[in-house]
Amino acid sequence: MSDTFFTASPHWAWWIILYFFIGGIAGTAFFLASVLSLLDRRGASHGSRVSATTRPIARVGYYLAFVGVLLSGFLLTIDLSRPLRFWHMLIENHTGRPMFKLWEPMSTGAWALLFFGLFAFLAALAALSEDRPNIRFLQSPPLRLLRQQAPAAIIAVLGSIFGLYIAGYTGVLLAVTNRPIWADSQLLGLLFLLSAASTGPAALILLGQRRLAADPTSLSWLISFDWIVVILELVVLIVFLISLGSVARVFLNWWGLVLLVGVVGVGILLPLILHPRHGTEDLESCVRIAGFVLVGGFLLRMVVLLSSEQIHVIGSGVTGP
Amino acid sequence: MPEPMGFYTDTTVCIGCKACEVACKEWNQLPATGGGRHEMSGDSYDNTRRLDGIHWRHVKFIEQFPEDRADGRWLMMSDVCKHCVNAPCLEVCPTGAIIRTEFDTVVIQSDTCNGCRACIGACPFGVIGINDVSNVAQKCTLCYDRLQAGMEPACSQACPTDSIRFGTIRELKQMAQARVEQLHNLGEKRAYLYGADDKFLGGLNSFYLLVDQPEVYGLPVSPKMPTRNLVPSSLFSTAGAAVLTLLAMVGLRKRRMEEKTAAESDHV
Repeated sequence: MSDTFFTASPHWAWWIILYFFIGGIAGTAFFLASVLSLLDRRGASHGSRVSATTRPIARVGYYLAFVGVLLSGFLLTIDLSRPLRFWHMLIENHTGRPMFKLWEPMSTGAWALLFFGLFAFLAALAALSEDRPNIRFLQSPPLRLLRQQAPAAIIAVLGSIFGLYIAGYTGVLLAVTNRPIWADSQLLGLLFLLSAASTGPAALILLGQRRLAADPTSLSWLISFDWIVVILELVVLIVFLISLGSVARVFLNWWGLVLLVGVVGVGILLPLILHPRHGTEDLESCVRIAGFVLVGGFLLRMVVLLSSEQIHVIGSGVTGP
Repeated sequence: MPEPMGFYTDTTVCIGCKACEVACKEWNQLPATGGGRHEMSGDSYDNTRRLDGIHWRHVKFIEQFPEDRADGRWLMMSDVCKHCVNAPCLEVCPTGAIIRTEFDTVVIQSDTCNGCRACIGACPFGVIGINDVSNVAQKCTLCYDRLQAGMEPACSQACPTDSIRFGTIRELKQMAQARVEQLHNLGEKRAYLYGADDKFLGGLNSFYLLVDQPEVYGLPVSPKMPTRNLVPSSLFSTAGAAVLTLLAMVGLRKRRMEEKTAAESDHV
């Protein structure tokens, strides 16, 4: 029996499952929006790096990231047993000095979320300033500065680094415990990162349907990126299950069925089967695929967190499957 | 600076009286389970069930009897926080609420803990839990307040058979080694010490004399630090992020080139 079976559960349940899901989407949506903003110059006016074609969908990515990071902070705070002490994650309450532990993902994650929130806010503000040219406040000099090439590029690059960190650190956070499943493999960070990289474009496709209708190239890019990532996710999921060794037996129950049918079937295989051939991507089928990917991404986090929850020490023995 | 202090628990003389549990609850003013509602677990004489935020001592009852009950034995063990020399809970606490005291014990500062529960998942022994009254993570403090006043912890003072011994780690190890030798000489060859050396977690400042495998007592064979997974997990994730960046950039460039080619051919 794995030594991880003798531990107690931290009871990280629905709020944390939602946070892992939303945080992952926010991080990768920002990353994809930044790639579009930085690399795509189709239809850009002379001297500008901003593509007139892709900018609308990039703006959706930045809005999504900002709303996602706000929700993430809220979910993490209400999950604390003492929510009003959320700031203890960042500031030592006895000394007033910054609280930071490089070796503890929860500590680095709290700081990363703070910085990601800052960049997501600035990017969303710049996007709003573009989207609403008739609002005077949004055209003030400081906000116009955010839209200029250099500041926009700095925000996009730094925000993407923090965004990808938010998407992947959650799995590392679970691995840096002593709990069954989570600490029995070193691949959970990679698995969650890939899952976030598949749910991020899926959420962009769902929420940016109207803008994507006018931008078939971005739609084609997003759906093909999603397709490759979903394949990688399937491979890593299989390697992850193998790396669990005998611990994988904990999935020989209802959770295993959810993993097989929900995560692999609905979230991975169905999108792969339904994936349109290159050049024939229509919005309707892409939206359908995105929906399946999102369901699979949520169920993956649910299965990983709650299947571990069922194992704990009672009396002198271990309960669970 | 005082010498490191701790507990040595000789499970062979534990009689399962639970005086340690009661003394701990009384001194630390810990609430009763379910507001005092009395529930029997059905698991031998164990109605405490586990260590958590309101149970800082837990007497385990292990019944080893064959079907015909012709032979057998009771194993009893008063479990508590191990006050690990390299404490996983202290290592992962993101608020700095968990500290090491001048007695080399591990204590959670209730005014700092925000209930993130990272320590609960990190503890290899399932010791820590949220106290429903204070709403913060709590566990045995090795009676830090009593130690500061030069007193013995409540549980070891209450133990009627001296199964729980309190003292300096140096003295306790000598005492424990002598007891193991005594038991071996008496024919109990299964006796050994769990956590007295530094084979795992740098050693335990609350160690045990056991007469069966650790798993039988609900203890891990080789408890580990949670950060063992940090570097490999982070490296895998970083490599994944690099691959995603490459995929996104190459994919977008490819799409743009295709679009450009199509536009050019349309133009021609």
